[in-house]
Amino acid sequence: MAAPAKSPDVVPPGQGELWGWGRHPVVAARELRGEDLEKIAGRGVLSRGLGRSYGDASLPPAGATVIGSRLADRILSFDEGQGLLHAEAGLTLGEINRLFWPRLFSSPILPGTQQITLGGMVAADVHAKNHHVDGTFGRHVRRLKIALASGEIVWCSRERERELFLATLGGMGLTGHVLEVELLLKRIPSAWIYAETERIDDLGVFLHGLKDAARDWPFTMGWIDCLKQGRHLGRGILYRGRWAEPGEAPGRMPKPKDRVRVPIDFPSFLLNRLTVGLFNFGVYYSHIPRRQRGVQHPEDFFHPLDKVTDWNRCYGKAGFTQYQCVVPHAEDARAFLERLTRLGAASFLCVIKDCGEEGEGYLSFPRPGISIAVDIPVRADTAEVVKKLNQLVIPAGGRIYLAKDTFTTAEDYRAMEPRLATFLAARRRYDPAGKLHSLLSQRLFGDQP
Amino acid sequence: MKVAILGGTKGMGRSLARQLAGRGDRVFLLGRDGEDLARSAADLGVRGQGKEPAGWALCDLEDPAGFAPALDAAEQALGGLDTVIVTAGLFATQEQLEADVELAERLLRVDFTNTVVFCEHARKRLLKRGGGTLVVFTSVAGDRGRKPVAIYGAAKAGLSRYLEAMDHKFRGQGVVTIDVKPGFVKTGMTAGLKPPPFSGEPDAVAARVIRAIDRQEALVYAPFPWRWVMLVIRCLPRFVMRRLGF
Repeated sequence: MAAPAKSPDVVPPGQGELWGWGRHPVVAARELRGEDLEKIAGRGVLSRGLGRSYGDASLPPAGATVIGSRLADRILSFDEGQGLLHAEAGLTLGEINRLFWPRLFSSPILPGTQQITLGGMVAADVHAKNHHVDGTFGRHVRRLKIALASGEIVWCSRERERELFLATLGGMGLTGHVLEVELLLKRIPSAWIYAETERIDDLGVFLHGLKDAARDWPFTMGWIDCLKQGRHLGRGILYRGRWAEPGEAPGRMPKPKDRVRVPIDFPSFLLNRLTVGLFNFGVYYSHIPRRQRGVQHPEDFFHPLDKVTDWNRCYGKAGFTQYQCVVPHAEDARAFLERLTRLGAASFLCVIKDCGEEGEGYLSFPRPGISIAVDIPVRADTAEVVKKLNQLVIPAGGRIYLAKDTFTTAEDYRAMEPRLATFLAARRRYDPAGKLHSLLSQRLFGDQP
Repeated sequence: MKVAILGGTKGMGRSLARQLAGRGDRVFLLGRDGEDLARSAADLGVRGQGKEPAGWALCDLEDPAGFAPALDAAEQALGGLDTVIVTAGLFATQEQLEADVELAERLLRVDFTNTVVFCEHARKRLLKRGGGTLVVFTSVAGDRGRKPVAIYGAAKAGLSRYLEAMDHKFRGQGVVTIDVKPGFVKTGMTAGLKPPPFSGEPDAVAARVIRAIDRQEALVYAPFPWRWVMLVIRCLPRFVMRRLGF
């Protein structure tokens, strides 16, 4: 496959080009999809699901082939007694929600979008609004069936091939092709959510509110206006929720929702301080009264990012990245937000969440502390902005989320990830020839192109 | 409905089987790979309302001797049969077929001769029980003699003619025949090809086909725009077709 004629960040992907959710970078490579992953796994250097990671985690190097798992989406068994779901790696969370909410079972982890596959949730060891009580996705995975780089098929778990299991949770697909997943679903009292939301005026109250809510609510998170500085720094909306009790919930089951589409790529100039400020102003002041409570559709509560399909097109052809980090202390979160607002690089969405225990996966992202996620449009200085943010996060003992990252350097990543050596050793053990790699592994782990 | 699907483990057949099972129809799978069938049967079991895995039996379009026993198994398992769906078939590009005459012969045999033979077995069973629906997936490739699908298109064109005549002849006796002509649909079969405009998803095609079954429509183009695309292509004069690359 020939390389794209222009520099990759301005070429819209066409045939033979791949990108992640942030639409940057773009790589000239091929995605091979098939129903039988076991048969085709050997033909790719990596697997990808719906390509919903933001940066280069799901992208193979130029000219290489990545295995697309989305057609391998069969449910192989479901045990109602234990809630144990056994399915192929391409099954999406959206499909799990559609099929199991009406039966009063739910995926234990419900991240911002449901357009993700089981394999992708394993690879990124995803977390959600309930991280402070239920941890990451990996905690609820019982076993994984993996095609190693050698072609060997292995079942791994906490008891068997433990090293492979732990390296694969959060391992960004670099330890092998995930073929099948055994996941424990959770029983729920109803398929609706009881939510309380509150408009918050500043960061101090916000951080306190998150901590407070964590004691009584299984689901918490906050939205912050990242353009506000000084006194108003950290103003936003705090979300708390739990599954509604049968008495509170409507008698019917929630129906999957229709989605609005973005038909075109917005021109990049549409996104500026003024328009984003207006958007944030609107969200903040439309939250009247200050405190709202009631029963909500679970998709509205858990998957707000899915309200508009293709919302990534709002950032134009140049694309965007998301910077998500977790820092151990509240003061570090404040320093981070102050720096971020001063840099003025942020846009609409800034999400804040308190994290619980560190996951078991060697490269699992969350650790105790405060996680902050912010979208940054790709511009000439984006790499520099990310570098500056990393320089705050590293001394604070924090780390970034690989599923979102595009611009962090290998040097910075090594400095923030003390577990990297453990992961790389496991990776070498299961893929000694170095067959599996991605653009991310070339950028961060020193894989040779 | 009590439905037997030949080719229900992959692509559009998989979507169709799931949607039928999801709305409470009883589905029986026919195909040539036992392990693949068992996995799909389990999938349909969890998605369906009965919660039991669907039944399945081996049936290979390359082996006509197996058609009758496979349909017997379906009838027995479901306690009768009112709908038979065929989504199975072989696909190869024109270049592959031109380079390999044996492959071309095999494709013509599977996609035309043997599919017709299978339909004959199904028709007789449906007639005997007083009526039913026969749904067969052909292709828009059969609508016109086109350069990139000369051989595959010929097989599908022949099959479409047969299905049309079947519907004319037996609808009065209660057997409705539905010819489904998919345009470009993003499945494993077309995974290596470049998706043209109006390419569709298997789930949308399946929903359209179920509507056609419920309404007993004889001819379905799916996804929807292909009906009009093919109308234009059917009207093009030969001298234009000769110059076009598609």
